[in-house]
Amino acid sequence: MNLYSRRILTNRIGITLSMVAMAFGLAALLWILWTLFSNGFAALSWDFFTQDTPAPGTEGGGLRNAIVGSLMIIGVTTLVSTPIGILAGIYLAEFGATSKFAATTRFVTDIMLSAPSIVVGLFVYALVVATLGGFSGWAGSLALSLIAIPVVVRTTENMLLLVPTALREAAFAVGAPRWQVSLKVTLRAVKAGVVTGILLAIARVTGETAPLLFTALNNQFFSTDMSQPMGNLPVVIFQFAMSPYDNWVSLAWGGALLIALLVLGINIVARVLFRNKTSA
Amino acid sequence: MSEVAYPGTSPEGSSKLPSPPGRGGSAVDPHARQVRKFRMQDLFFHQITLLFAFIVLAALAGILISLAIEARPALRQFGVAFLWTDVWSVPDDEFGALSAIYGTVVTSIIALAIAVPVSFGIALFLTETCPVWLRRPLGTAIELLAGVPSIIYGIWGLFVFAPLFSEHVQPFLQAAVGDTPIISGWFAGPPIGIGILTAGIVLSLMVIPFVASVMRDVFETVPPELKESAYSFGCTTWEVVTNIVLPYTRVGVIGGIMLGLGRALGETMAVTFVIGNANRIVGSLFAPGTSIASTLANEFGEADPGLHSSSLFALGLVLFVITFIVLAISQWLIRRGIAKQGK
Repeated sequence: MNLYSRRILTNRIGITLSMVAMAFGLAALLWILWTLFSNGFAALSWDFFTQDTPAPGTEGGGLRNAIVGSLMIIGVTTLVSTPIGILAGIYLAEFGATSKFAATTRFVTDIMLSAPSIVVGLFVYALVVATLGGFSGWAGSLALSLIAIPVVVRTTENMLLLVPTALREAAFAVGAPRWQVSLKVTLRAVKAGVVTGILLAIARVTGETAPLLFTALNNQFFSTDMSQPMGNLPVVIFQFAMSPYDNWVSLAWGGALLIALLVLGINIVARVLFRNKTSA
Repeated sequence: MSEVAYPGTSPEGSSKLPSPPGRGGSAVDPHARQVRKFRMQDLFFHQITLLFAFIVLAALAGILISLAIEARPALRQFGVAFLWTDVWSVPDDEFGALSAIYGTVVTSIIALAIAVPVSFGIALFLTETCPVWLRRPLGTAIELLAGVPSIIYGIWGLFVFAPLFSEHVQPFLQAAVGDTPIISGWFAGPPIGIGILTAGIVLSLMVIPFVASVMRDVFETVPPELKESAYSFGCTTWEVVTNIVLPYTRVGVIGGIMLGLGRALGETMAVTFVIGNANRIVGSLFAPGTSIASTLANEFGEADPGLHSSSLFALGLVLFVITFIVLAISQWLIRRGIAKQGK
């Protein structure tokens, strides 16, 4: 075989393998989604949303307490992490161009984005659960907030850095103080991007299980008291999927489908929102 | 970017900004008072945002400190030998991290061994050979895969992948390897589906989207002139990628791999479901094992206060320190890789 045809052959093999890799990635996504949908939809019913998690060995049951608990924990997480994340992001973008402190914060935030979430759970356990004497929904929200904040910080900063300096200068030129320029001009200019960041943060924490294991724990009964252990979807899925009861396993699939739909839905909304605002 | 409507530049927007006060005749110059007021507000605003940025830093320091404090009893009892002791016995109150560290490292290596070539292929396809109209949807699909919560991978691995794996793939692997020395030991034992190898494979599916996204992003930083000049000499796509793109983006690619490693090391749910949760080291990859994160997930809830829970905190500390180092290197490399773009 001469050099020329060998090069062509190598190229063909390389390109084909890259296509195989792409097909492999897509097939994995479709396979996971397909099993999730086929097993999950079978579990969805009226009872699924209106009944609480069943006791061991009893028939039927639903995930009402876990759904409500998850929504409340995530709601509090959003309320806590949004202002903290946005203000920290403003600091990094508006005041932190040159400071060492800002560079360190930026670095730490990037690491926290991928840090093992179970360690965050341990931290909140040591800080809150052990000292205040009990698992609670608040502790769960705190743990999730620590995971959500870095997402909001980094998207807010990246969005603010896209604002042209001329816009800031124009606002300064008419005599606006810095805080008004930040909050009323630049932040408003990138509103869609910041909302995208918040949505991505919500999507990120919606499926987080590990940090909730030792903080919110779980609650078999319906409860809206955030100072008590609280049922939540990820932990229920974890416990039920590992259980020997068929109806529990089925509920776990239903819960997993619910979470996946929520996360994928939020991701898609965030993308559409962001694309419309930036390419308009 | 320039077409975005900025609220501040529109007439309604600017009317909300403070209008210059008229020249009043009061004793104190109203301008000066206004300016002073604004200065105070700005100082306050600066400090407030600084405080919130500080919270992020404090959280990291807090995690390290609290883990270290809680881990102290165990570390004092077992010393540094905690890291290489292969005992995990709750009844005897004897704990060592080796089996968990072994499981964590081996599953991560398996995950990367699969994820790196596949991610490279995906990134190559998306940047070089994919038709332009397909790039965006396919790229989005890969990014969505990154968004799927890890517990979904776990439950899928347990109920769908593991049974299939034990029935079709594991016997096949054992037959294929036969009696080859060393390698046959990796695939020894009953094919029960769950175990270290399964955990590594499920983990690889989880890591692929992260590594592939970073690789695609750094591949896109290669100046088209470089690639086009190589093409103009008659290089094939494969030659351009291996001789131009890869050397140019080496730093960023390694950063992406390290990011995947950081993710794999700390992943809890995808692993806990399928690793089998056995606190021992067996040479075979088919055998159940444990990882640091899965040990924590399984045992911490029911751990007695005292040495057991303290040892679990020590495990958490080990995990956090390892992933912190890996992620720090990855961030440093990715930043260097992306920064090249400007040159």
